[in-house]
Amino acid sequence: MTVAVNVRGAVKSYGTNRVLDEVDFTAQAGQVTAIIGPSGSGKSTLLRAINHLEPLDSGYVTVRGELIGVRLHKGRLRELSERAILRQRSRIGFVFQSLNLFPHLSVVENVIEAPVVTQRVPKQQAIARAKDLLTKVGLADKIDAYPRQLSGGQQQRVAIARALALEPELILFDEPTSALDPELVGEVLTVIRDLAAAGTTMIVVTHEIGFAREVADHVVFIDAGRVVEQGPPDQVLVAPRHDRTREFLGKLV
Amino acid sequence: MTSSSPPKPSQETELPQPVKESAETAETTDDLVDKLESRRVVPLRHPWRWVASAVVLVLLAQAAHALTTNDAFQWDAFGYWFTRPVVVEGLLLTLQLTGLSAVFGLLGGIVLALMRLSRNPVLQSVAWAYIWLFRSIPLIVLLLFLANITALYATLSLGVPFGPSFVEFSANDLLSFYMVAVLGLSLNEAAYAAEIVRSGIISVDQSQLEAASALGLPKGRQYRRIILPQATRAIIPAYANQLIGLLKGTSVVYITSLLELFGVVQSQASINSGQIIPLLMVGTIWYIVLTSLLSIVQYYLERYFSRGALRTVPPTPFQRLRSRLRTTGVAR
Repeated sequence: MTVAVNVRGAVKSYGTNRVLDEVDFTAQAGQVTAIIGPSGSGKSTLLRAINHLEPLDSGYVTVRGELIGVRLHKGRLRELSERAILRQRSRIGFVFQSLNLFPHLSVVENVIEAPVVTQRVPKQQAIARAKDLLTKVGLADKIDAYPRQLSGGQQQRVAIARALALEPELILFDEPTSALDPELVGEVLTVIRDLAAAGTTMIVVTHEIGFAREVADHVVFIDAGRVVEQGPPDQVLVAPRHDRTREFLGKLV
Repeated sequence: MTSSSPPKPSQETELPQPVKESAETAETTDDLVDKLESRRVVPLRHPWRWVASAVVLVLLAQAAHALTTNDAFQWDAFGYWFTRPVVVEGLLLTLQLTGLSAVFGLLGGIVLALMRLSRNPVLQSVAWAYIWLFRSIPLIVLLLFLANITALYATLSLGVPFGPSFVEFSANDLLSFYMVAVLGLSLNEAAYAAEIVRSGIISVDQSQLEAASALGLPKGRQYRRIILPQATRAIIPAYANQLIGLLKGTSVVYITSLLELFGVVQSQASINSGQIIPLLMVGTIWYIVLTSLLSIVQYYLERYFSRGALRTVPPTPFQRLRSRLRTTGVAR
């Protein structure tokens, strides 16, 4: 197994609040890693640190062995230029919790924007690929619609297609279903399940414990900025070793 | 729901039949409604709307009467002046001044807005100070300062501050009254435009920038393609206001003895005694015509930039008028 993402000694503070406190974390290629934990535990911050949307105070992140957002220079970690960071991000897909498609662009324009601009894919080719992706997420008939004409679940599926359009080696999901009503959650989870079956490397921050149990290969439980427990879902979610994990899971049922 | 409606049927009477069978009980509202030939609901009538409309129309008719029957307006003189070459020249100058200062003002405003939003504290403070200063100086005072610039600086030069200069101009040669007017209006306009542009940019949700940067879009592209088109929607109404203000604000330049529309009206009125009223009406009507044109452009720009922001684009005034006539039954 190859390591897709490696986080070592991640520390991040907002003022006196230590959101990430020496977090070590590994995700394997071709696997789905689920990050669970209570609100404010630092799980979203950890996910955002992986593509440097949230720069770390100390510690580092590598994706397939490449340092993200920083470089080694004379024995120190130095932040990369904005341009270099943006280039790295185009290898990592990110799906946000809030539905933040670009409302003034049609569905297909949302999907082709990044490949056309950052990877210089010819427009016709990008559109053809966007159509394939939108078909895959079940929205072939919504290509020319604007995001506000879609339901929340449809918008989130477009967001997934938009992330996939860059053919990323890794996709990060930040609570992809928490802004949706229960009926729409299923259609988004189905898309993620299909991606998992195809062997896409994914890290998913989620509150859907049932989904994590079914789809994840590896579950990480975080509390107060620290990794409390991690392992296969049957262990962490069914027979947790740690009291704090048991307490958290007990509240969810 | 009227006060005379009978108490609701009790829980046991789930089927309508038992109620009908009890002959001695009076007919319920439900029974009465069931017997109606048509269940179509008659919409609420609004008699006071007709009264208010009538009152306003009478007042309007009075105003029209007052305008047309008072000989002091000298409508024949108005007709004479309205398309005189001297007036048209003034009109063209007004359009030039408005157009040039709008372009320079908006460009300056965009730069100032981006400076104020930058994370560089020097750029931020300089932009803030510029806006503070030029919003504080009345336009008329600024124009007079610039018109009398030779009293302050006889020569203007490009070079290193406190060091050598490369080019030198005589301030008098460089700054004609025309340029003074464009410069003054643009400097003033940029300060206001900056705040309008900034308000548009901050009205776009931060998450849009975050989404764009998560996709790896370059910084310039993030602003050009993602932020500005959405900001423009918020900018248009406020900037149209500003532009209309500028259009009429150009009348202030008459104090530098530049004859734009108002300057012509004013100077002709001083030559042709007794014609001040028709001449002022000429100016007024031309300003109204230009403002109307700007308002129409504003309307269609707003419609264009509402793409995606609204589920359905609102109808044009003509479409709205047609549907309004149809619902009131006039068009049928």
